Amino acid sequence: MNRNAPPVLLVEDNPDDQALALRALKRSDIRAPVVIVSDGEEALDYMFGTGAYAGRDCRQRPALVLLDLKLPKVGGLDVLRRLREDQRTRSQPIVVLTTSNEESDLRNSYQLHVNSYVRKPVSSEQYDDVMREIGEYWLTLNLPPPAPVP
Amino acid sequence: MTDAEKTILLVEDNADDEALTLRALARNGIANKVVVARDGVEALDYLFATGAHTGREGHQTPVLVLLDLKLPRIDGLEVLRRLRADPRTAPLPVVVLTSSTEPKDVAGSYDQFANSYIRKPVDFADFMSVVRRLGLYWLILNVPPSQGEN
Repeated sequence: MNRNAPPVLLVEDNPDDQALALRALKRSDIRAPVVIVSDGEEALDYMFGTGAYAGRDCRQRPALVLLDLKLPKVGGLDVLRRLREDQRTRSQPIVVLTTSNEESDLRNSYQLHVNSYVRKPVSSEQYDDVMREIGEYWLTLNLPPPAPVP
Repeated sequence: MTDAEKTILLVEDNADDEALTLRALARNGIANKVVVARDGVEALDYLFATGAHTGREGHQTPVLVLLDLKLPRIDGLEVLRRLRADPRTAPLPVVVLTSSTEPKDVAGSYDQFANSYIRKPVDFADFMSVVRRLGLYWLILNVPPSQGEN
């Protein structure tokens, strides 16, 4: 793993899903470190270098944000809205990864310009496949936005 | 909806790239109907059922738009800006597929909320592989905004 590579930021409050995602990304060819935050507030703190992440250089963007929707403190859709409203994070590649089947979640995510919306698989084998596909697509195929001007 | 009814809009002015893309999709079992627009005006006419596409069933939006940037008449970034500005087409998944890696094209695409930016490989085998991977990601893994509606 290249520790200087931009990380994948996993925004997930469920410890089982955290473990599954971490294991899946480690088993894949993705050579990126993974940072896990457990609620929406922590996600925003990480992205903007505030709170527990005060002093973090927020020009160092994650390669990808994997965003659950049902989160404590600040919900996933609010996280998405605030990232899209801020010039520093407006272009950040964000994939919503959720169990939600609600039409409103899907519609709102796209209205808030999510890059992609993926349903969380039920079985752990499928979880590995889905995480690998997401990781490979966004970290090796997609060309990320250029780094923001300091 | 069957796969054949889930239309892909391919916006591409280069006949060779068009043929390659169609071949790569078909060869990988992607059975979706592909509509080809050869310039920006045609693309917008298709999306908004105007011009040559007047009377087309306007509610039938594509599930995916593959958008080249360098296009005759209206360029790709302008097509993207106009489709994002209209509520009927704003949530559409748009993948920019172009030979350009110029930072202004990449930044400009993300600025208009392109969902993804993919560089067209020059090599034939690489091109086939890239189209396969992006096809599988967007048509199978990603949940499109229109799912469940109709």
